[in-house]
Amino acid sequence: MNVILIAVIVLAVIGLVAAAVLFLVSKKFAVHEDPRIGQVASYLPQANCGGCGYPGCSGFATACVKAADAGSLEGYLCPVGGQDVMGKVAEALGMAPVATAPRVAVVRCNGTCENRPRQVEFDGQQSCRVQQMTGMGETGCPWGCLGCGDCVRACQFGALKMNTETGLPEVDETLCTACGACSKACPRGIIEIRLAGPKGRRMVVLCNNKDKGAVANKVCKVSCIGCGKCVKVCDKFEAITLNANLAYIDAEKCKMCRKCEDECPRHVIHAFNFPPRGAASQNPKPAVTVKKEEATVEKVSRKE
Amino acid sequence: MKTFRKGGVHPAENKLTAGSPIRQAALPKQAVFSLFQHIGAPAVPVVKKGDVVKVGTLLAEAGGFVSAPVHSSVSGKVNKIDAVIDASGTRRQAIIVDVEGDEWEPAIDRTDNLVTLDRHPELDAKAIVEKIKNAGIVGMGGATFPCHVKLSPPPGCKAECVIINAVECEPYLTADHRLLLEHPDEVLVGVSLIMKAVGVSHGYIGIENNKPDAIALMKERAATYKDIEVVPLKVKYPQGGEKQLVAAITGREVPAPPAIPINVGAVVQNVGTAFAIYQAVMKNRPLIDRIITVTGKSVSQPGNLQARLGTPFSQLIDECGGLPEDTGKIIGGGPMMGKALLTLDVPMTKGSSGLLIMNKAEAKRTAPQPCIRCAKCVSACPMGLEPYLLATLSAHAQWEDVERLDVTSCIECGSCQFTCPSHRPLLDNVRLGKTTVMGIIRARNQKK
Repeated sequence: MNVILIAVIVLAVIGLVAAAVLFLVSKKFAVHEDPRIGQVASYLPQANCGGCGYPGCSGFATACVKAADAGSLEGYLCPVGGQDVMGKVAEALGMAPVATAPRVAVVRCNGTCENRPRQVEFDGQQSCRVQQMTGMGETGCPWGCLGCGDCVRACQFGALKMNTETGLPEVDETLCTACGACSKACPRGIIEIRLAGPKGRRMVVLCNNKDKGAVANKVCKVSCIGCGKCVKVCDKFEAITLNANLAYIDAEKCKMCRKCEDECPRHVIHAFNFPPRGAASQNPKPAVTVKKEEATVEKVSRKE
Repeated sequence: MKTFRKGGVHPAENKLTAGSPIRQAALPKQAVFSLFQHIGAPAVPVVKKGDVVKVGTLLAEAGGFVSAPVHSSVSGKVNKIDAVIDASGTRRQAIIVDVEGDEWEPAIDRTDNLVTLDRHPELDAKAIVEKIKNAGIVGMGGATFPCHVKLSPPPGCKAECVIINAVECEPYLTADHRLLLEHPDEVLVGVSLIMKAVGVSHGYIGIENNKPDAIALMKERAATYKDIEVVPLKVKYPQGGEKQLVAAITGREVPAPPAIPINVGAVVQNVGTAFAIYQAVMKNRPLIDRIITVTGKSVSQPGNLQARLGTPFSQLIDECGGLPEDTGKIIGGGPMMGKALLTLDVPMTKGSSGLLIMNKAEAKRTAPQPCIRCAKCVSACPMGLEPYLLATLSAHAQWEDVERLDVTSCIECGSCQFTCPSHRPLLDNVRLGKTTVMGIIRARNQKK
């Protein structure tokens, strides 16, 4: 009996002492976290994709709170959550929401199997980064898509898939969050995170070839040869610049006149999400309705 | 018999051309001289379009200390300086010369008579290294590291012996074997020149014992030279790797990078380099040609060709009976470490030791199966690495871990991939990891 009593008393004393130590330590070394950080983080999608440029969602939440204390949320965007989430974040921090234009990933290569036939076969590890080490790759174009799908594997949102017919990755714009993971995965920097443009309409140079025209001409039927015709036709808006034998359209300056598309002798410049041309000029209204219907269908499928 | 301890494999030798004497290849119609024929800074052109050049004329000078000049191997007119696809598979700057006749620089001694070191007692170490540097000699085994850099030991390092690499452990290749058989004395004089240049008294020539004729001949001739010892080695791939060769001959292990053989007192040079050094120092002849093995089971007349640098590979293949119909893969170098070529217009460079044409059946890679954790790659790795782990981590872009596991020690010999029963593309991934980690380390050092 006595033994049991001693044991109980000893344990109780140890427990009390330990509790006191824990209490003091937790008071003395308490980490104070701004409650707003947890609140902001709760609005974020918790994809931890790093698309915002911060290490995970909580890192971004911390940065947002700091930015709010500094006075502005300008330049802070969760590409996955987009405008809605940023609105909620701004509200929680008592700031005015900053409008940011939506962006989307664009594969700047149109070197399909037809346009750019495979000259040799790469039979090593099916990875773009590995194939890049062989130099030109299968097609002889040192700038174009290697087609092993590193970007597809990098996408956490299932927005990219490889088209087996063309051998090029395709972006599903309804799923793309513009987090930039694909762009980082591509060893040739072909994928650009670009302004999605009004109604998703945009003009893009679908080529990444910085070789001289004569060389670029040989490897691919639809390569930019740096002739500069598009630059001339766009002299009014100055949206197109020619850098290292490659034309680039500044999405902010582009007025969507589509003149460059017609001018390009290599059919490198593509118009995305415009209504079909003939129909638009003859009878513009139906074309727009068709577009709207398509958009609703897309939205429905996204919800599913 | 000596060999290295760690790892190693035994690929089928396939030395089809061991008995074919060296043939002189025809002059090309147009020669292309890449400015990237060596490791280090690219050479800087000193000629321009329209210049008339002779055999041995300087085309481009060294672009830094770790760099080498490029000389013309033909006479003619400079057509242009333009980017061409070379053996690396990328488009890089090269000097293109249209060939007219075959006129040599008068300073070059074209006779065959042997000039020994005792005839030139005035040559000191400095003069020898200077001549080697000006002749544009690089490591001819394939690594193309500028030779004069290796012969100038960094401060704090003292060379104790010279090791000549005549191992030729790559299957198929026989260029070094034929060189030993046909020019033994020139090679031996070259060895004594290297020994004098680095100031050591002992030289070894390591030869694998699958070349008994070369071992016998070299032993007989080496008897007349002071302190040159021929060391027969047990056949094992990759004995021709310089760290493996140092371990096999001296028993010393070269530590992990950045340590190099000189840190354990060894200077390793390829036998082709020794021959080129003889020609440069004794005959005033810059590096303008080399011996290349053109081989393959389906090639009708495989052989060892002495060809001028800048000759397109397509011409060399034509001289060996043309491209076989069932060609599956064309490899610059040997089957283990060589690189598949994208096109046949690639010009021969200082490092081209072989041209291997595989037929379709040989070239086909078996589809990879999952890793069964048998650790055969670990026992095969001559550097003591864990290839299966490095490959997986590289494939998942875990660069910090790849670096921690010493990927920079990898010599890319391919033993892991060769031995893998699941046919996994181990080397592909390890090479990716090595290249990326080296880039990261370079960037980090630059920041500092």
